[in-house]
Amino acid sequence: MNRLWKEFTKGIFRENPIFFIVLGLCPTLAVSTSLNNAIGMGLAATFVLVCSNAIISLIRNVIPDKIRIPCYIVVIATFVSIVEMVMKAYVPALDRALGIFVPLIVVNCIIMGRAEAFASKNPVLVSVADGLGMGLGFTLALLVVSFIRETFGSGKIAGLSISHSFEPALVLSLAPGALLVLGFLIGGIRWIRSLRSY
Amino acid sequence: MDKIFAIILGNLLINNFILFKFLGLCPFLGVSKQTRSAASMGIAVIFVMVSSGVITWLVYQHLLLPLHIEFMRTVAFILVIATSVQFIEMVILKTSPALYKALGIYLPLITTNCAVLGVTVLNIDDFFSGNKAVPGSFGFSVLQAFFAGVGFLFVLLLMSGIRERLELADIPESLDGTPIAFVIAGLMSLAFMGFLGMKV
Repeated sequence: MNRLWKEFTKGIFRENPIFFIVLGLCPTLAVSTSLNNAIGMGLAATFVLVCSNAIISLIRNVIPDKIRIPCYIVVIATFVSIVEMVMKAYVPALDRALGIFVPLIVVNCIIMGRAEAFASKNPVLVSVADGLGMGLGFTLALLVVSFIRETFGSGKIAGLSISHSFEPALVLSLAPGALLVLGFLIGGIRWIRSLRSY
Repeated sequence: MDKIFAIILGNLLINNFILFKFLGLCPFLGVSKQTRSAASMGIAVIFVMVSSGVITWLVYQHLLLPLHIEFMRTVAFILVIATSVQFIEMVILKTSPALYKALGIYLPLITTNCAVLGVTVLNIDDFFSGNKAVPGSFGFSVLQAFFAGVGFLFVLLLMSGIRERLELADIPESLDGTPIAFVIAGLMSLAFMGFLGMKV
C-alpha cells in the first residue's frame, strides 16, 4: 500500500513530467489556451497512460526484447484510437478544439517513456499507480499553464469572463505566450527549489 | 499555382511547425545545442517526413478507404512511420556509412517526433474531403511534407546558432538550459508572427 502511494504521488510533484522531467511538451503548449481544453487533454492522456501501463506490464514477460518498442506503440495507439472515437461521439466540440493533438497522444513522450522506464519492469498494480500519478501530474501542469494563459491572455476562467475593466494581454493566448509562460514557469520552479536547498 | 505557394510559405514561415503548431518540440530542445547536429537532425526529419508522407497517403487512399477502416488511421500511420524509419536507417547504413555516422543516433528518435505523425495526419485532414482525395491531393501532400521538414530544419538551425552564442552568456542559474530555450523560442515565435501579415 505504501509503495503504491509513493509511486502515485511521485508523478504529481517530485517527478512531474512537465516541470521536472520536461517531457510531453507539444500538447502542453498547444492545448493550454483554455482550462476546458486542458482538462480534456489531461484526462485523455491519463486514460491512455493508465491503460497502456496496465497492458504493457501484463504482457511484459511475453514481449521479445528486440521488438518491444513497436509493441508498445501498437498498445498505445489502440487506446488512443479508442479515446479519439469516444471524443468524436460524445464531446465533438472538445474534439474540434484539440484537433490534431488527439491522435498525437500516441507520440506523447510521457506515455512511451513510462512504458519503457516503468511498466516494462514492474507488476500491474504499481504500474497503474504510476500511470495514474504521471497522468494527473501532466493534467495539473496543463491546468497551471492554461490558467495563466486564459486568465491573463483572454480575461476568462474556464470560458467565463472575469472583469470588463481588465484589458487582457492577447499575446499570452497566442503561440509565443505559451512558450514564454512555460519557460518562466519551469525557471521559477527551479529557482524556488534552489532556495530550499540552501 | 496559388495553392502551391500557400502550402510552401504556410509550412515554411507562416504556420511553422515548431513555433506555431508546437510539433516536434522535444528534438527542437534536445538537439539544438550545436549547429552540426541540428543540421543532421533536420535533414533526417525531412527524409522521414517525405517518405512517410508518401507511404501514409498511399496506405490511406488504397488500403484504409476501400476497406472502410479509417478509424485505424492512427495505428496504421505510426506503424508506417516506425517501419520507414527503421528501413531508412538500414538503407543509409548499407549505402553510406559516413551519412549513417552523422544521422545514426537521430534516426530512432524521429519515430516519436510528433512533427512526423503530425504532418501525415494533417495531409489527410487537409487534402481529403469527405473520404475522397481532392484533385492533386498526392502532390500537395508530398509538398506539404517536404516544406514542413524544411521549416523544421530552418528554425532548428536558427535556434542552434543562438544557443551556441548563449553558451558564453551570463544566465541566471535557474533559467539555464530548458527554460531559457523556451524563452528564446517564444521571442522567435513573436518575430515570426510578422509573417502572419502575408496574404497568400
